[in-house]
Amino acid sequence: MEEKRPSRLRTHSYAELAKQRERAGIYHADPTEQPLMQLELVDKFFNLCRANSLWPLTFGLACCAIEMMALGMARFDMARYGAEVFRPSPRQCDLLIVAGTVNRKMAPAVITLYEQMAAPKWVIAMGNCAISGGPFAGEENYVVVEGVDKLIPVDVYVPGCPPRPEGLLEGILKLQEKIAGSRYPFPQYNPPRKDK
Amino acid sequence: MGTTIPLPPGLLRMVFTAVVVIALVFLNSLILGYVERKLAGRFQLRPGPMEVGPHGILQLMADAVKLLGKQFIIPQAANSPLFRLAPLLAFVPVGAAFIVVPLSQKLQVRDLDVGLIFIVAVMALNMVATLIAGWVSNNKYSLFGAVRSVAQSVAYEIPLLLSLVAVVLMTHTFNMQEIVLSQDHIWHVVQQPVAFLIYFIAGMAETHRAPFDLPEAESELTAGFHTEFSGIRFSFFFLAEYTNMFFVGSIAVVLFLGGWHGPQLPFMDYSAAVWFLLKVYSLLLIMIWVRWTFPRVRFDQLLNFCWKYLTPIALVNLLVTAVVVKL
Repeated sequence: MEEKRPSRLRTHSYAELAKQRERAGIYHADPTEQPLMQLELVDKFFNLCRANSLWPLTFGLACCAIEMMALGMARFDMARYGAEVFRPSPRQCDLLIVAGTVNRKMAPAVITLYEQMAAPKWVIAMGNCAISGGPFAGEENYVVVEGVDKLIPVDVYVPGCPPRPEGLLEGILKLQEKIAGSRYPFPQYNPPRKDK
Repeated sequence: MGTTIPLPPGLLRMVFTAVVVIALVFLNSLILGYVERKLAGRFQLRPGPMEVGPHGILQLMADAVKLLGKQFIIPQAANSPLFRLAPLLAFVPVGAAFIVVPLSQKLQVRDLDVGLIFIVAVMALNMVATLIAGWVSNNKYSLFGAVRSVAQSVAYEIPLLLSLVAVVLMTHTFNMQEIVLSQDHIWHVVQQPVAFLIYFIAGMAETHRAPFDLPEAESELTAGFHTEFSGIRFSFFFLAEYTNMFFVGSIAVVLFLGGWHGPQLPFMDYSAAVWFLLKVYSLLLIMIWVRWTFPRVRFDQLLNFCWKYLTPIALVNLLVTAVVVKL
């Protein structure tokens, strides 16, 4: 066993804090970080709208990205929830879907993209690689970042290798729940179909 | 405004007009944005926005509010005053161009004698805003997008104007209302089909719609000239694009498709706006249809198509028109 060397990986300053909060079960921001003026109703309305217009970044890292694309296509269609607007520029996005393995070489780029996004912004870690390194996690691993939550704060984890498009859709619905406080933030026009 | 109603004082009328015009600009963008996303879905065999309101009709509202609440980032290397100004510069002229659009015989803000020149000139200002936006962002993608946009606009403005001049030769006027009135028997599209086609293609290129959306080509240039813009200022560019589409459609309808002429309705002086808007939105529907059907052209193809085909054909068409009018 060689001695443990300090990691030279650059991480986002909120990443560790977000993980601690997640473990402690705190999902909302620190009260000391709240804005000066609080208008509850306006906030609720804004959150409702934010939850229903999550524009993801066009950003695929590995095979999970194929499933992400499938979610945008005809069979699954994330457009139903207003999330189909894949913006190529991080400035115009709300949602970073980390779809795939994050290498140490890619890590700075992921952090840069996250920092370039305009607040409020959210992150979904999609697939086992993005959650924990997946099949690449191990003692002899020297290149894969074991979990993108080491780099940036993650809101929703979608497990699977790769997760099916339904899985990612469920992740987006969970994120809507987290933002707006209820599962289907907008009153549903079509009632959920009952199976026979 | 009708002569039977006593006209309010000039200032009041101006404020009223400004409010109505801005409301129309936003309403038009909301409708077009929704229709575009819904149709994009339908063309790709998916339902499109469904969950926000019945059939997703509130989707654009949600997007607009979200964009309003987003952080506005000004890059450190950008020129801050111009960076703040550019989206407004893209947005304000399109409001001004509404002044001369003849929605019906009496629903027109100002009946300028040079209405056609005015609307074309004001629409061309959009290019300046694009150039400023791309340049002051201090980003290579933005600059490339802006440069492409200018090259494209300069090239396509020539066949566009030449095709319009052919109609002006026939009607002897630049006044939008008189051009409409000259089509009460036969629409100019019957007499000038080539000019109409050239105008429509060049108009699509003018508004940077696919397949001519090279200034914001996503696969090459990230988001083109508005790469660095976030939040509501980014949406101003979208508003400008959709409103410019509306004007391209309006000019086509006024010059070629008989303006507000249509079957008789009660209060035709005002209600003819229904026919006008119906024609404009059918044209815009075709533009959306084209966008979601064809792949993007290459830049040399774009310019070659303009200089080798559209411009010579437009010139020949103009010459033939002039000869026929003279005979």
